[in-house]
Parts: sequence; structure tokens; C-alpha cells
Amino acid sequence: MRNLVIGAVLVGLIVLAALISFLWTPFDPTQVDAALRLQGPSGAHWLGTDRFGRDLVSQLMVGARTTLYVGIVAVGVAALVGTPLGVFAAAGPRWLGEIVLRANDLVLAFPALLLAIMFGAAFGASTLTAMIAIGVATVPSFARLARASALQVLSTEYVLAARSAGRTGPAISVRHVLPNIAGLIIVQCSVSFGIAVLAEAALSYLGLGTQPPTPSWGRMLQESQELLAVQPRLLIVPGVAIALAVLGFTLLGDGLRDRFDPRLEGARAQG
Amino acid sequence: MIKLESVSRVYRRSRTSAFGPRAEVHALRDVSFEIEQGRRFGIVGESGSGKSTLVRLIAGLDQPTAGTVTFDGQRVNGRSERQLSFLRRDLQVVFQDPMGSLDPRMRVRDIIAEPLVAQRIPGQEGRVAELLEAVGLTADAGRRFPHQFSGGQRQRISLARALAPKPRVLVADEPVSALDVSVRAQILNLLADLVDQFALTLVFVSHDLSVVRHVCDTVAVLRAGELVEIGDVERVYRSPEHPYTRQLVQAIPTLRGALSGVTAEDLIRP
Repeated sequence: MRNLVIGAVLVGLIVLAALISFLWTPFDPTQVDAALRLQGPSGAHWLGTDRFGRDLVSQLMVGARTTLYVGIVAVGVAALVGTPLGVFAAAGPRWLGEIVLRANDLVLAFPALLLAIMFGAAFGASTLTAMIAIGVATVPSFARLARASALQVLSTEYVLAARSAGRTGPAISVRHVLPNIAGLIIVQCSVSFGIAVLAEAALSYLGLGTQPPTPSWGRMLQESQELLAVQPRLLIVPGVAIALAVLGFTLLGDGLRDRFDPRLEGARAQG
Repeated sequence: MIKLESVSRVYRRSRTSAFGPRAEVHALRDVSFEIEQGRRFGIVGESGSGKSTLVRLIAGLDQPTAGTVTFDGQRVNGRSERQLSFLRRDLQVVFQDPMGSLDPRMRVRDIIAEPLVAQRIPGQEGRVAELLEAVGLTADAGRRFPHQFSGGQRQRISLARALAPKPRVLVADEPVSALDVSVRAQILNLLADLVDQFALTLVFVSHDLSVVRHVCDTVAVLRAGELVEIGDVERVYRSPEHPYTRQLVQAIPTLRGALSGVTAEDLIRP
């Protein structure tokens, strides 16, 4: 319960910051002003400015958009492709399932970073390319989880009962398997969301993700890396933002799992 | 009505070494018998005797390695799910585990309506209410989830689901062995009443001969996948022909036995 609240608050803050940034930011996050370079926190610039004189708060707020955008698309791709694949590998014909599994292992064995670099080379480095690459690289973890948990569900007596009631394979997958693995998939979504945020930051840091001048937390780190010794504030601010986002999504996933499991209802009422 | 002809089922375990042979488990060996319409047919055996395998074969949930299973003259084994609709309508199963046989994420009314939905039988809402009443559950039970019920109540839900498509045969696989002794009699009596009320043919599987004697009129005794004895339940109980059946009958604890000093150790000795 506490996890759910802390996670929801952290994620809520990021969402709120992103939403507000559409209407208002203290300054234009891309406005360069040499006179205002590297200013410390002040009344006007709450977290100071970077080496181009851009306001840090404004960049952080607009960067939150990028973060959420990347997370949603990457996790969406991974969950919508990976989950059905995994369920199919468990419930479908054995030889086809086997092919799906081997293909899955192939993608899993492929370094995610290399995949992102390839995508960047082929389609041009951009936020979209980065998040599709992250999504594709995350598909196997969803497929594996979905397959393992679907196999567990398929071995239960209630699936046997459904078969003797006259349900056929696809109906069992939709009516029994998916609802019963949904909790685990949601947790995986939340955890993967955190990983996707981190991956986007890493790719942007390498110049393979979000391109200037669009603000992104990963790029904020990259642009300030040489100033680590002089102005650690410039790295701490986006670093803390990334860490809090990852923490928030992970806690939220944990809390949601408990929340969605009807079997834990009694335990929740007591605890 | 249900006929088994030299049915065998062999399970193959996965290899333990790369070149060694795969271990084979003979769950059923050359079993033949027929269950006539209107019978209350008991199947008795200890765990591992092939009872559950037998249930799965009769219900078309598993395929025999050899032999044929027929229902009303129609072959059950070797058919696709689509071709089994006659069996799905006329034969329903109540499983052993009251917790595991109900989907924890479905409401009770959806669980009971599942055979109706799957077989596209109309009038689901009224039928569910009717069934809840027939098995002695309150009307508001339909809105709740399985975990909110006790083991006995969950077996009532299982029974309601099994009766939903108005089957002619009810197969009960150890329906009371996971329940508290105090509610066993209730569920057994309910089962017997429903079988009477709806004129069902009952196939009742148990490891407990005294329970079978209470519910059934005919009994088949299984041991290690083989049929050792079959006949009228009173006859088998009073004068068992096979030594194994005799052992089973003797293993039933009686008050008289306990008073005359028969202990568990005496029962183990052949």
C-alpha cells in the first residue's frame, strides 16, 4: 500500500510537470542567453541555468514529456507484441511455440545498445527511433514472462474445467490466461518503464536518442558532463530526476500488483 | 452409455540422460468396462492407480495411447475439440480441488455460466439464478469471487457449473476428498439429490470405498492402472473376489474393529 502511494506520487509529479509544461514553463527551455550562463539557483531561476544560459527547471519540465513519451511507446510496443507472443508460445501448437521461443532468444541475445545504434544508423537518430529500439529490445522479457505464467495457468484445474465446459484454445487464452497473468504483466510494464526511461537517457547521452534542441534528461547529463567538477548541480538535477522516475515506476508496479490480485484482498484488509 | 475398450495410457517422462531410454509410466493398462445409463458408477483406487487419468479420458480431456472410448456409440478419443460438442453438452465434470478448479478472477455467475457461454446456450441469467438455488447458495453469491467462499461452498459452485448445460452424465473426480469431514456429508447428499432430481448418470471417483458405497450402486476397483474387480457395490463390499479388494474393504475403519483391538498395523499386513 505504501509502495503504491509513494510510486503514484512520484509518477504523478512527473506527469503533472509534463502536463504543465504544455501551458507554462518559467522560461523558454531552449532560449540561449550567454549573459545568464552557469548561474546558481536564484529567485528567477530556481535551479539555476546551464552553460548556454537555459533555465534548468524549464528544461526539466519539458524533458519530463520526453521521458513519459518514450516510456509509454517503448513499453507499449514491448507489452503489445511480447505478451501475445508469449501466450501463443505457451498455448499454441508446440512447433510454432518453439519457433517463437528461438526467435525470442535471438533478440534477447542481441545487445540492446547495438540494436539502438543500428536503428539510429538505419532510420536516423531520434526520440522515435530510440523508443522503438528500446521497445523491440524489451519484447523478449515480456514474451518470456507471459509464456512462463501462461504455462502455469494452463496447467490449472480451472482451465481443465473450462475445456470440459466446451471452451476452445483461443477462448481459454483470452478468458482465463490473460486475466490471470495481467497482474504480472502490469508489474513488468512498470519495471520496464523505469528501464526504458534509463535507456532513453543513456541513448540521448550517447547522441542516439533525443536530438537538440528538444530537452531530455539524458541530454541534460550529456551537455554538462565536462562541468562535473565545477558545477555538479547540472548533473545532479537531471540525475536525481531520472532516479526518482525509475524508483516511482518500480514502486508503482509493485503496489499495483498487490492491488490487482483479488486473492490478496483479505491480507490487504488486515494489513 | 460410456464404453471403454482395452484402453491404455502411457505417460513418457522426459529423458534423464541423453542416450538413456525415456521412462514410461503405465497409468492405465488394457481397461475395458461399460457404464450404463442411469447408473451410479463408482471408481475406487489408491492414489496413482489411474483414476484421474480415467476421468480425463472419459471426459475427452486426454488421449489414450491405445483403445477406444465411446459415448452413446460415438467415439470420443482422436476427435478435435470442435467434434466433441456432443460430449461437452452431455457430460460435465466436477473436479477435486475446490480452490484450483474455479478461476480466481471470474465472478461466480460467470463461472457458472461458462458452459452456457462456451456452447452458446441462451437464457444464461435465469439459468444461473436457478442453479444457485439448486445447489443451496444465495442469489447474491453470483456477484462474488471464489476466494470469498469456503471449500464446501466452492464445490457447490463447481456443481452448479457442471449442471448448467443440463448434462446427462456427471463425472465427479474425488469431489469431497479435499473438504473437511464435517461438510463432506452435506456435499455428498447434495450430489445424490441432484443426481436423482435431474436423472443423471453418475461417475464417481474416490479412494474411499465407504464413500463410494454410500453414493454408488456399481463399483470398479483399479489398482496400478488395471481393473481388478467390477460389480454391484454391495456384492463387492460384502464378498470381494480379488485379494486387493478384500484388503481395501478391510482397511475401512469400523467401530467394531476398533473395539476388538484392530490397529493400523494390522491393516497394513496383507
